[in-house]
Amino acid sequence: MTAAPDLPDQARPTSDALFRASPSRRPRNMGQTIRWLLLFAGGIAMVMPIAYMISTSLKWPHEVYNVNLIPEEPMIENYTYVLEDGRFYLWFWNSLFIATITTVANLFFDSLVGYTLCKFRFPGRKLVFIAILSTLMIPTEMLVIPWYLMSQSFGWLDSYWGIMFPGLMTAFGTFLMKQFFESVPDDFIEAARIDGLNELQIWWTVAMPLVKPALAALAIFVFLGNWTAFLWPLIVTNSTDMYTLPVGLSSFGDEADVAWELIMTGAAISTIPTLIVFLIFQRFIIRGVVMAGLKG
Amino acid sequence: MAQLALRNLVKRYGSTEVLHGINLEVADGEFVVFVGPSGCGKSTTLRMIAGLEEVSDGVIEIGGREVNHLEPKERDIAMVFQNYAIYPHMSVRKNIAFGLRSSKMSKPDKARRIEEVAGILSMTELLERKPSQLSGGQRQRVAIGRAMVRDPSVFLFDEPLSNLDAQLRTQMRLEIKKLHQRVGNTIVFVTHDQVEAMTMADRIVIMKDGRIQQVGTPDEVYHRPQNTFVARFIGAPSMNMLDAEMSDGRVIMPQGQAIQLGGLTTAQPGRITLGVRPDDLVPVESDMLIQGKVTVREPLGSETLIYVDTPGGEIVVKADGRKPPAVGEVVRLGADPANLHVFDRETGMVLR
Repeated sequence: MTAAPDLPDQARPTSDALFRASPSRRPRNMGQTIRWLLLFAGGIAMVMPIAYMISTSLKWPHEVYNVNLIPEEPMIENYTYVLEDGRFYLWFWNSLFIATITTVANLFFDSLVGYTLCKFRFPGRKLVFIAILSTLMIPTEMLVIPWYLMSQSFGWLDSYWGIMFPGLMTAFGTFLMKQFFESVPDDFIEAARIDGLNELQIWWTVAMPLVKPALAALAIFVFLGNWTAFLWPLIVTNSTDMYTLPVGLSSFGDEADVAWELIMTGAAISTIPTLIVFLIFQRFIIRGVVMAGLKG
Repeated sequence: MAQLALRNLVKRYGSTEVLHGINLEVADGEFVVFVGPSGCGKSTTLRMIAGLEEVSDGVIEIGGREVNHLEPKERDIAMVFQNYAIYPHMSVRKNIAFGLRSSKMSKPDKARRIEEVAGILSMTELLERKPSQLSGGQRQRVAIGRAMVRDPSVFLFDEPLSNLDAQLRTQMRLEIKKLHQRVGNTIVFVTHDQVEAMTMADRIVIMKDGRIQQVGTPDEVYHRPQNTFVARFIGAPSMNMLDAEMSDGRVIMPQGQAIQLGGLTTAQPGRITLGVRPDDLVPVESDMLIQGKVTVREPLGSETLIYVDTPGGEIVVKADGRKPPAVGEVVRLGADPANLHVFDRETGMVLR
């Protein structure tokens, strides 16, 4: 820290002068306060459901409908109950397997199609892209019946393949990857072509490493989307052995009552993989943003 | 035998023809520079040689074999791009090694070759760095290294110095020229900068609107331009162009002075353009070519550019930097008749 300069008395700012200088700062402080308050409110809105999830998972059944955040008699028996129930591990594995395979498939197919639509010139290219984009306008609820009929015809009902096939490639992922490949200069592709790589090698060796941030973002979206998917897995599965975690958790309880404390316990445990996935891929996104800011 | 030959090369995009029959032969080891304004077709020609653009018509030969239908990797060429095109996710070593991916060399030979190229380009200590840790000049050297490592028949450079600042550009220009003298490969270099073309080329190809305007050594295109475009494009500041009349084998200047010039290819009377370079104009007492008033001075140190308003239009003169004429002063200018260029005003072609 630098020492205060030894100023003559008349050169020192008086408290009055300091005060006069502050009016221009006051609105800024005001704005800052409002911004902080808004962020704080947003933070509360994000954290409260998670806090209630954990709180409910520590409550006795009779206390579940009590809105207090701190349980009167906290207990961990819900966790031991859920973890000792063999079905939980099976559902956990089903979800993990399906979300992982679907994520890998999306990273592969979406980026391959996105790259092709971005870097190759062929007749009908725009038409294909518009056709893919237009599927974004069809809601999932409209698609489940054709998907179900398809699964039935192919004999895919109540199977991993049946749960996974609609999401192995997505229009959103294709669009996202195409947009990111636009930022890869054509010179890179052409230099690799001159260096003797075939088109598949260029995609894999040159283009893919340059869109890692997009791949990381896509991986997070797809993994979370599949990890939390409920409607389609509920429709396409029949046996409890094929349930995914969200479907399995919803089955806790009986016809008379829903065991919210167990559902919240399962939900709390099931957030762990999503947190891991987010923490792993978030680094790539941040690194990507930092790299993109550098010249050249 | 020419290392590279272009025969009646034509490029069309749909019904639009952008190259109208390019003919050129480049000898083994020659350094040829394509120069011209934006949109003249120089980069398109280079990309066709590289195999990155299809040939609409005509033939490209490299090392005596037609390469029209060969893939870029089969043409035995290497290319250095304007924005370097070095892969940001790979180290310098990997970037250079990338050029050897399809080579049948053994691993130790490849490693030796990379070290050798890095040594030539003074990059040995940079081999493990990532491109983001390099300066613009170093990145350009990596791009050249990746091209060099394959020892191709023809090097293609597509405006490789455009992204560098003026000082670095001068330095890299010299380095590329030294490199060519050392390795001796054939080089085709594209630029829009006539100074780059003049300083580096064995021969310059000047292009405009998809046509070659003139091919020649730097000396030839500077001192014997074939048309007004070449005369204006080569040399900085540009050659002064003055409207004049041809009468009885003499050139009549706007202010009425008559100059007897020998060696004219036509003695037809008519309108001509007289070209004279700013450094060929000198203050004279007698045998004046043109006179006018100084409007602007641009001091450059050793010399000063003075802009002179004359009845034939504004002209620029390189004057002695120590005692240039003052603004507003009337100057009488003359030139050695041997340094005057005469062009047909209609066709722009040289008459002398």
